[in-house]
Amino acid sequence: MEEKYKKVAYYPGCALEGSGHAYNRSTKAVGEKLGLDLVEVKNWNCCGAMEVKNVDPKLQTYLSSRVMSIAAKEMGFDTVMAPCNGCYHNLKKAEYDLANDPDSVGVVDRLSKKAGHETYEAGEIETIHALDWIKQAIGEDGIRERLENSLKNLKIANYYGCMYTRPRHIFPEKDQGPDSESTTQPHFMDDLLAAAGAEIVDFPLKTACCGGAHTLSDSDTSTKLVLNLLRAAEASGAEVIATECPTCHSGLEMHQVRAEKRFGVTTRVKILYFTQLLGLALGLKPRKVGVHENISDSMAFVKDKGLA
Amino acid sequence: MPIHEKSLIRPENLLTHENLEIEGIDVSGHWSTFIESRVVTDYNEALEDEIAALPGGENIHRCWQCGSCTNACTVNALNPDFNPRFWIYLVRMGMEQELLRDKDIIWQCVSCHKCTYVCPRDVVPEGVMKATAHWLELKGHRPKSPSMLFDEVFSEQVFATGKIEEGRTLRGFFQRTGQSLTQDWLVEMIKRLLRHLPVKLMIILGLANVIRPRTRGWAGARAAIEEYVEEQETRQRQALGLDRPPATGAERPLAEAAE
Repeated sequence: MEEKYKKVAYYPGCALEGSGHAYNRSTKAVGEKLGLDLVEVKNWNCCGAMEVKNVDPKLQTYLSSRVMSIAAKEMGFDTVMAPCNGCYHNLKKAEYDLANDPDSVGVVDRLSKKAGHETYEAGEIETIHALDWIKQAIGEDGIRERLENSLKNLKIANYYGCMYTRPRHIFPEKDQGPDSESTTQPHFMDDLLAAAGAEIVDFPLKTACCGGAHTLSDSDTSTKLVLNLLRAAEASGAEVIATECPTCHSGLEMHQVRAEKRFGVTTRVKILYFTQLLGLALGLKPRKVGVHENISDSMAFVKDKGLA
Repeated sequence: MPIHEKSLIRPENLLTHENLEIEGIDVSGHWSTFIESRVVTDYNEALEDEIAALPGGENIHRCWQCGSCTNACTVNALNPDFNPRFWIYLVRMGMEQELLRDKDIIWQCVSCHKCTYVCPRDVVPEGVMKATAHWLELKGHRPKSPSMLFDEVFSEQVFATGKIEEGRTLRGFFQRTGQSLTQDWLVEMIKRLLRHLPVKLMIILGLANVIRPRTRGWAGARAAIEEYVEEQETRQRQALGLDRPPATGAERPLAEAAE
């Protein structure tokens, strides 16, 4: 177990203050229940997301570096945890670029000086995802020891999306043997939810794309991609898709509704954040982990399953 | 057949002979292999350099046409005309007219990074798609795509306040693309959300609409970012040989704006 992950800097990001509110709530509730300390990064800014990256990748690197600069230099942390795949990906990408591309280092230094804060330098902080955090700080045995409400009646498809595993080069710690995360067959969410008692179904589209980038600008494409995921999950026998990214999560919820309205295709699979499922297993009430804040209405479902 | 000769097997380019006999053998019918002699002269020799000068396009010269990108592509699975390998080839050959046939779908790349993951040559095809989409718009070959408009609405908000408030982004995007906010599916989604959303959260989200979330002391960062953006725009326009200011708004491609 990683002792240093027991207290980490917490970077929620913009989505977790809006549409991903339930992810923020459940992440904090699970952390508290597990005795893990989250200290929010002071006065953080947007990581740049995909949109600023599209305008200029170095600008996105700068925005992400500012967050890491505050967490490392002002707050003295050696680890920052980001539950959003987009934020996590962008901090990792910034870390990679600052370690390997002198031009990016130059731009970040110039912008940081003009903006009036210290320049972040590669290697000053480690960025981890909420999955790394719980997996490394508590682990499967830790979950089993603290289990109050087994998920034994639940069949779950774990959906990891794109940004958590691709491209490989920004995740040097992945694909390093059985204990590390895999970029082709990610399993950290499977491990944790299986330890919480759930039956994990064999879901072939773990790392397929939900079309989140064009959820509003090319909605038909996104709806088709989300429908692939929802149908594959149902065909795999899943009752729930567990998510670990606010963009994927709200995309799945949104296009589940859109598919009904525009294509007349109804799917019944529920969509819950992995932190919500883990929280229920640890004995937290559904409202405490924000089940009522999801669009995909799972309140009756979790009660039926004896999890409320 | 080389990939850039794909045009020869388009329906309009197939040759048909109702009565054709060659060396005593009847070969009447459709013949894609009967190619009329042709000379291709409209190569744009600057095309590859121009794409390489835009963010994301830097590594296009490394491509050796293995096709892994197209094979892995999420959008290609939905639309076989979406073909990153082919477009990279056309750009490198300077076959601008061929590339322009697909100008209205190139922006549809969803940035899933499967291509970049599998590329054995670190071309970063996802970046090349973004650079090509930018190029098409900067050159005035098409109006700004919905994706570009979304990126702009989003980025402007980040540059101004340091943060994103999703309601504002959504409204800004629908407004800029001239779409109604009362889309059936959006209304349905909000209805379902309101059915069980706690009042406290509604108040929090409502307040975020009025009092914009922002990063404190952002003025310095904002000034630095805006200066950098302007610098990059000038650099890109120079690299593309453009001398007029960029088009603004959704419906004004550069060619029209310049008239």
